[in-house]
Amino acid sequence: MHHVIVGAGPAGVIAAETLRRLDRDAKITLVGDEPEPPYSRMAIPYLLIDKIKEPGTYLRKDAEHFAARNAEVVHDRVGGVDTKRQTLSLTNGGKLKYDRLLIATGSHPVSPPIPGIDSAGVHPCWTLEDARAIMKLAKPGANVVLMGAGFIGCIILEALASRGVNLTVVEMENRMVPRMLDETAGTLLKQWCESKGVRVHTSTKVTAVEAAKKGLGVSLDNGDTLEAALLISATGVRPNTQFLEGSGVDTDQGILVNAYLQTSVEHVYAAGDVAQGRDFSTGEYSVQAIQPTAADHGHIAATNMAGGNTLEHPGSVNMNVLDTLGLVSSSFGLWMGVDGGDSATLTDRDRYRYLNLRFDGDVLVGASALGLTQHVGVLRGLIQTRTALGRWKDKLLDDPTRVMEAYLAGTQAIGANA
Amino acid sequence: MLRSLHITPEKCTGCLQCEMACSFENEGVFNPAKSRIKVFTFHEEGRFVPYTCTQCAEAWCMQACPVEAIVVNAATGSKDVLEDVCVGCKVCTIACPFGTVNYNQATGKVIKCDLCGGDPACATACPTEAITYIDSDMTGYERMRAWASKTDTAASA
Ligand SMILES: Cc1cc2nc3c(=O)[nH]c(=O)nc-3n(C[C@H](O)[C@H](O)[C@H](O)COP(=O)(O)OP(=O)(O)OC[C@H]3O[C@@H](n4cnc5c(N)ncnc54)[C@H](O)[C@@H]3O)c2cc1C
Repeated sequence: MHHVIVGAGPAGVIAAETLRRLDRDAKITLVGDEPEPPYSRMAIPYLLIDKIKEPGTYLRKDAEHFAARNAEVVHDRVGGVDTKRQTLSLTNGGKLKYDRLLIATGSHPVSPPIPGIDSAGVHPCWTLEDARAIMKLAKPGANVVLMGAGFIGCIILEALASRGVNLTVVEMENRMVPRMLDETAGTLLKQWCESKGVRVHTSTKVTAVEAAKKGLGVSLDNGDTLEAALLISATGVRPNTQFLEGSGVDTDQGILVNAYLQTSVEHVYAAGDVAQGRDFSTGEYSVQAIQPTAADHGHIAATNMAGGNTLEHPGSVNMNVLDTLGLVSSSFGLWMGVDGGDSATLTDRDRYRYLNLRFDGDVLVGASALGLTQHVGVLRGLIQTRTALGRWKDKLLDDPTRVMEAYLAGTQAIGANA
Repeated sequence: MLRSLHITPEKCTGCLQCEMACSFENEGVFNPAKSRIKVFTFHEEGRFVPYTCTQCAEAWCMQACPVEAIVVNAATGSKDVLEDVCVGCKVCTIACPFGTVNYNQATGKVIKCDLCGGDPACATACPTEAITYIDSDMTGYERMRAWASKTDTAASA
């Protein structure tokens, strides 16, 4: 049995390890098109602030990790898949036959069609190569414009600000991280950034980029033009599915999969950012593009590749945590709430504290928070176990900060449980 | 035989010796806010519940870590944070469904219970045997295990 995995990010690496644990004898090949050892994009912000060096981003620290598991790592790019002959064509001209194939190719950054967006000095922040380019240009005092204040944009924001650049953020929506925080929290986050000396323009678009004498001229739709040594484009990503054209593997937003992470072609599975997997909260299939989901997918897809479809994916909870200049925010599940569901909110604007819980009946289905760093994970636990909160729901409506107690009351020996 | 922390809330008097001992052992200060074990108070029921990491087999924290900074301690079975590898991304803090991995703003790293390497200070400090360190299969972690399996989307093999 030859398992081939395309894409050596977290989904691919965890899949390779899982396959080896489940099958001592199978042949395992991990094909990735980046030159570095398998690494974690998530660690890039910490490279930018010099908290780690490049090896600190590597998914596995032991250089012999893959060899020790008898998994071959191939640095090449897959250009096409022939699912009838079960063969991949590699960009260097070679071919690779597989019995089972996992596509874990992640996504690539996309920029809006703005004149001049291809100018030198405009970079996404997605790969180690991007990070190196950014570190060259983001010198202390340099003017830097960050286009996009979504999740990834906000993560880089922290790193850029710590590098001591003169930072301006431009976001076209009316608040920061609009897909993770509601209006109150997103607005508080903006005020927080401004209080730390970062200019944030919301409801504003970049309309043109021009190569100027010293760097770039970045025009905004409010009439301003900003001078910048570096423009970072963080306006979204799209799954890497181009090479699947004509393969019979169906795609929509990402690769379509069933509950076993199997694609429309029998021996082909998909995992991670590229896969349109099941969402725990909605039961629907969508691209979540987050690390914990890539880890879930890698494990589940590999288990099903090794043993025939034995492990169903109950869905991953969409969740994010973000640190913006010291203010930690997080969101889970259906943080926008459900029709007819109750909600509990605590807001302390002066201390930048916010906690919002969303219920469906007496079950917690979503949450978002600012400034919460202790016992945050229990929000995930309560959501994913669909714990009936009973009388604890009323207590949470009074004081949403008591989530940890609500969990303990349902699981530990207290009162009626003792 | 691996041992685990066994907590009997009925025996806890809320004295917070465990929190003091934990923070002193691990952070060098007597400061309950820095403790990895936390005593929750239930006024209405008149009950105290000490709570910390159960070193669960699923180890979501470890699965979610993007840089291999959480590893299994072969001697104790605990899941330990490697301080020099942790980048402080906090993904483990949202992945742990028990809420027992916390971010420490002062160090920029996460902290969790590591059983003090096999001699947990909380258990030693507890005057009422509400916290004991005993053979794993005697700890009656069934409730937690049930919770764990309900939360399981990608249990480690
Ligand atoms: C700066 C930054 C910060 C982030 N922070 C967070 C965070 O805090 N929390 C969070 O949950 N997520 C975060 N993410 C997102 C997270 O990194 C991704 O969800 C995760 O990397 C997805 O893993 P993956 O294995 O699916 O894809 P990837 O990590 O993208 O790996 C896919 C690999 O496949 C390769 N590949 C693509 N096409 C081919 C081909 N045809 N042939 C061969 N190889 C190919 C790619 O080059 C890549 O190396 C962050 C991302 C970035 C960029």
